[in-house]
Amino acid sequence: MTPTLQIFLVVSAALFSTGLLAALSRRHAIFILIGIEMMLAAANLNFIAFWRFSPQPQPPTGVMIAIFSIAIAAAEAAVGLALVIAVYRHYRTTNVDHLDQLKG
Amino acid sequence: MNSIAFVLLSILTLAAALATATLQKLMHATLSFAVTLVGVAALFFLLGAEFVGLVLVFVYIGAVAVLIVFTILLTRRDVGKDRGANWGGAFLAVAVFGGLTWAILETQSVAIVAPHLRTLTVKRIGEALMTSYVWPLQCVGVLLTAALIGALVLVMEEKR
Repeated sequence: MTPTLQIFLVVSAALFSTGLLAALSRRHAIFILIGIEMMLAAANLNFIAFWRFSPQPQPPTGVMIAIFSIAIAAAEAAVGLALVIAVYRHYRTTNVDHLDQLKG
Repeated sequence: MNSIAFVLLSILTLAAALATATLQKLMHATLSFAVTLVGVAALFFLLGAEFVGLVLVFVYIGAVAVLIVFTILLTRRDVGKDRGANWGGAFLAVAVFGGLTWAILETQSVAIVAPHLRTLTVKRIGEALMTSYVWPLQCVGVLLTAALIGALVLVMEEKR
């Protein structure tokens, strides 16, 4: 039995849910970022899977979208980690439970 | 497509992802995040998108994972324990997974096997990047420059 598109989509959904779990249950700011990166990786997996299982057009659209999305995720990670360091300098903590000064 | 390789890679990827979401030691969780990305890149190779898999390894494991490790080491003072399990988040994640899986399994049009793969050479990717995708490529270049300058400005020490 060769894997169908469905199985790839289920694996990608599992990866997405694990990233969501990490983003929701972690209290450390860096790990919330890691959870978001994991969800982005799951989305990229979906792009590549749909590209592979479709009649392949010229130019390869799915591959292009995945490449651009990886580049944008890298930019997002750089800015996010810089924000974590800036917040740490100011508050001496990276635990998002302690960063509640904007709470109404 | 090799189904044994697919099953092994999926198990590796999902186990590493679960370890990333649950391990208490920050460094162990970061390293299992790197393993997750290796698994995703291997799945890309399996799907015939070798170039994207290589880009993923270079960008994520070469740059992002190292950056995360450095950030953890720089903000090390409060490596306190995470508070205990967050059951609301776990419940929401399981519910999202259940809903997505139900939707995927109900959709008949995605129950297809892969067509014959025309090999995707780097030459074709490069030609597409330089012709139909040249405008998005330039935009991504500007975005990366702006993001990296912004990151530098954010972490720069304030001059008194």
